[in-house]
Amino acid sequence: MAEKGSVALKDVSKIYPNGVVGLENINLNIQRGEFVMIVGLSGSGKSTLLRAINRLHDVTAGQILIDGQDITQASGDKLHKIRRSAAMIFQNYNLVKTASVYRNVMSGRVGYYPAWRAALGLFTKEDQALVATNLARVNLLDKYYVKARDLSGGQQQRVGIARALMQEPSVILADEPVSGLDPKTTKLVMNDLKRLNEEDGMTIILNVHSIGLALKYASRIVGLKAGRIIYDKPIEEVDKRDFKEIYREAGDSAAEEAE
Amino acid sequence: MKATIPKRPWVKEWHVTGFTIFLLLVLAVLLSAQATQVGQDFSMDQFVDLWLKMAHPDWPYLSQIMTPLAQTVQMAIVGTLLGGLLAIPFAFLAAANIIRNAALRWFIRLVMNLIRSIPQMLLAALFVAVVGIGTLSGVGALAVFSFGMMFKLLYEAIETVDSGPMEAMRAAGGKRGAMIVFAIFPQILNQYLSFFLYTLELNVRASAVLGYLGAGGIGLYLNTTLDTFRYDRTAVVILAILVVIVLVDTLSNQLREALS
Repeated sequence: MAEKGSVALKDVSKIYPNGVVGLENINLNIQRGEFVMIVGLSGSGKSTLLRAINRLHDVTAGQILIDGQDITQASGDKLHKIRRSAAMIFQNYNLVKTASVYRNVMSGRVGYYPAWRAALGLFTKEDQALVATNLARVNLLDKYYVKARDLSGGQQQRVGIARALMQEPSVILADEPVSGLDPKTTKLVMNDLKRLNEEDGMTIILNVHSIGLALKYASRIVGLKAGRIIYDKPIEEVDKRDFKEIYREAGDSAAEEAE
Repeated sequence: MKATIPKRPWVKEWHVTGFTIFLLLVLAVLLSAQATQVGQDFSMDQFVDLWLKMAHPDWPYLSQIMTPLAQTVQMAIVGTLLGGLLAIPFAFLAAANIIRNAALRWFIRLVMNLIRSIPQMLLAALFVAVVGIGTLSGVGALAVFSFGMMFKLLYEAIETVDSGPMEAMRAAGGKRGAMIVFAIFPQILNQYLSFFLYTLELNVRASAVLGYLGAGGIGLYLNTTLDTFRYDRTAVVILAILVVIVLVDTLSNQLREALS
């Protein structure tokens, strides 16, 4: 039994039905407490990789182990349970805009309730307290009753983080969580994630465009290109010049940003 | 330099095409009126007589029609409620983003389209024939009509919800049912209530004439007063129906505005 918070990909490949190669022979071992940032051009397979870990889509070959359990073969209750331990944060926040912040955060517990209890709003006292705790962690407790659509983008993403925490996950997967946000709110969201990583020892796997962010927050940087891992180093060994290779096709501007 | 408006052919300049079509339509109306003998046995005397009698409503009659009037509204409410509730599960079964089995979806939609193609009055007649004269027939007819109507509005609303929350619930390890409760319900609740009120409006109107076919409510009194040439009482019935419909419409409109 592997340690909680570990993610392992073994020979993972994904070929779309139209023949496009999404991922090719990915091998990745992530330990509990790592803050892994995946960098690469658009279309390099970052999103495909992240979504495959939670099995939002199936891979063509290989194994993906979360806490030592293979999600690629799981079905039914087992699949639901594995998904619960890997929480996802999305680029578009994916909140129910017409529902209150409270209700959105509570929806992170979706895997713990049968439909009829959720429909009647029969949530346990513990879970209601957990909503308050998690909202306080992202500094949004005062928005408890506010509708999600009335929040700013940064606030919505932090509600997304609180919702993810409701799953009591050991891993957080974040698919370009800050690409729609300004530098100031980006910092707020990234600091929230950093705190979870440091204080709770949560494993975080995050896709980004910005190399600056990766250098600032990551404990390990993985570079993807055309569906393959072409770079994988802990932050101590990372040299800014390495990014030239990862972003070579992007032309000069991206390579210069790295310097 | 003087600007000149560009010239165009005289056919377009004088709108010849549009005007010709208009004339042809007028001709078609006149010809069809003649063919169907519209207005052939119209009697001005009877027309004036009816209006004169109706101009002096028999107000005391109002007390007699209060019960059937209430019954009409009750029929509409019960019918809408039954049909509206029954429509929910079927709407989910017909929505492409909930049910991936296309065959099942198309089957449900086909059956529902058939149900919806039956006119309301025909439904009432059928129910009267099967269940017998009385309010139960009216409720049945209205329920089936509401069922078809709410089904269509609701499944289209379900199909146009934001798919993001559903994806988030899937990633969080939710089972199908709980996912729908968390991600879809809050997105369609207001629309559902709005559809409900709209259907109720239509049903109050329909309910007022259902009595004509023996399906209960105020319609029966409309029928009797006309048959006995008590136009003074007919006037009271019509005015009472009018007041109720305006009230229900206003209330429903206010509520629907508050919902949106």
